[in-house]
Amino acid sequence: MARQNSASAAVAVPKNGNTVGGGKWRRLRKSCPWLLMLLPAVLVVFLFNYLPIYGVLIAFQDFMPGDQIIGPYTRWVGFDNFIRFFTDVQFWPLMKNTFLLCILGFIIGFPLPIIIALSLNALKGKRTAKVIQTIFTAPHFISLVVMVGMLTLFFGRYGLVNNIIAGIGGDRVSYFLEEGAFRPMYILSSNWQDFGWSAIIYIAALSNVDPGLHEAAILDGASRFQRVIHVDLPAIMPMVSVMLIMSIGGLMGVGYEKALLMQTDGNLGVSELIATYVYKQGLTGVPDQAYATAIGLFNSVINVVLLIIANTTSKKFSENSLF
Amino acid sequence: MPVKNKLLKSTMGDKVFYALNYIFLGLMTLIILYPIYFIIIAAISDPDAVLAGEVVLYPVRVTLSGFQKILERADVWRGYLNTIIYTVLTVVLSLIVTIPAGWALSRKTLLGKKFFMIYFIIPMFFGGGLIPFYNVMNSLHLVNNMWSVILPSILSVWNLFMTRTFFESSIPEGLVEAARIDGAGEWRIFTNLVIPLSKAILAVMALYYAVGQWNSYFNAMIFLQDENLYPLQLVLKEILIASESTTGGSGETILEQYRLANQIKYVSVIVSSAPVICLYPFVQKYFAQGVMIGSLKG
Repeated sequence: MARQNSASAAVAVPKNGNTVGGGKWRRLRKSCPWLLMLLPAVLVVFLFNYLPIYGVLIAFQDFMPGDQIIGPYTRWVGFDNFIRFFTDVQFWPLMKNTFLLCILGFIIGFPLPIIIALSLNALKGKRTAKVIQTIFTAPHFISLVVMVGMLTLFFGRYGLVNNIIAGIGGDRVSYFLEEGAFRPMYILSSNWQDFGWSAIIYIAALSNVDPGLHEAAILDGASRFQRVIHVDLPAIMPMVSVMLIMSIGGLMGVGYEKALLMQTDGNLGVSELIATYVYKQGLTGVPDQAYATAIGLFNSVINVVLLIIANTTSKKFSENSLF
Repeated sequence: MPVKNKLLKSTMGDKVFYALNYIFLGLMTLIILYPIYFIIIAAISDPDAVLAGEVVLYPVRVTLSGFQKILERADVWRGYLNTIIYTVLTVVLSLIVTIPAGWALSRKTLLGKKFFMIYFIIPMFFGGGLIPFYNVMNSLHLVNNMWSVILPSILSVWNLFMTRTFFESSIPEGLVEAARIDGAGEWRIFTNLVIPLSKAILAVMALYYAVGQWNSYFNAMIFLQDENLYPLQLVLKEILIASESTTGGSGETILEQYRLANQIKYVSVIVSSAPVICLYPFVQKYFAQGVMIGSLKG
């Protein structure tokens, strides 16, 4: 019996090896059209994503615009640019502004779509739910420029709020020049735009909840609210943890394009974020590209670390993870 | 008796719950709709009435002069035209790049599949940042060139994975195998079998890329210097936002400027967002589909 086994194994090995060898060649030939289909995408990603990653090397150099990234005259300076940033008087304000804006945004922006989805799902009329959902999603398609423009039309010196204040005899105050108004305006307008859009993914998950679960809960005497808490919410928990990981990973990379639009001399103390600072240092005034690249790299390393921490934590506690 | 009691109690609780739910959703609907409504009534009201705070719930002294003024602004229309050109080119190129690549990545026997997956995943989580990106664009001679706005936008890795997930879940493998047995090559299979079955993903991708390009301003701001190349959003940025940061100037002239400028602002918000917002209810099922395709693989 054992001999027979080994004999068949001995026969199988070369045969197997053969098909692998031939298979590889056949696989390459068969894959050829697919590789051609893939080529443009590979090229675009190489040009616009991988070449810049290579360009990050200038963060470790004394780099002047026009220099070669690696050449005979490259002056390597190690972590000097990073140390310069850590000792920059702007360092702590930038860290604080970036973290605070993102965390405050997260505290409202993360649970709100979940509440909206649960609430829409609990609506009796499905048609009404559809109409409301359509309305909720619409502001997502308003551009950042228009969104910030709308903010000025409501909260600017000659915006609606000030027009009413002036109408009853008060003084006009541009909320764009007030430090205290920046974060509320930023966060509330972001949520205004996106809570409906972010809810779609939870609404989709809720539509897959087994109706049998609800029927069983009703027989047990559960109220509609109890069913939301004990049937609907657990059903979307896997999605919630995936979204949580993703938003923690993107915590520090958030929304600088909008912050840049909202910046004025008056609110710079709270609206200057790491990413907007990178833009200003690297592309405006007298550009200091190596320094700006170092700051940008620092920011994206923090993001990757946050993502990995969130992912491993989630894996440990809930078996839900991105990778 | 206790059973009946329990049922009665729970329906009372449910009634309260449903009522509160309606109130909550009604309030949220108002919060979403009012700002949009206000922009519309302010755009068609007399600018003096708007500045005096009289326009809150309904238009006052209706006038279309704002729309007339915007019709006379050459920069707005040039921006509009540029944006349309950029958007159309972006959509066409992005479909050519994204759809075949998504199909290739969905093939189980693709050589080096694992390598390509990692190759595309890395940029989702790590990038070179703004300055190296700018330098690459500079060395590709794309600065102050309309292609600087288009080319970096023709592939979103996120969209690529969405396309791949779509193909994996909705093109039956048996159908592809049957076509292969009938002697169709991989290209024939892709163009004659896969594409006709993929209208949904084509629509979703076209819409995603189109809206992304229509609404973007940042690349245009850093790469374009020639005002003739400005897309609509950049023109709008000047109209809508530039003035807010100025603090100085004497009150009277500034007020006069604002009187004129604000009306243009209301109108330009409408004129620029109208195409997207008007189209949106008709195509929203595709957008929602996209989100759901994306969520399959999470």
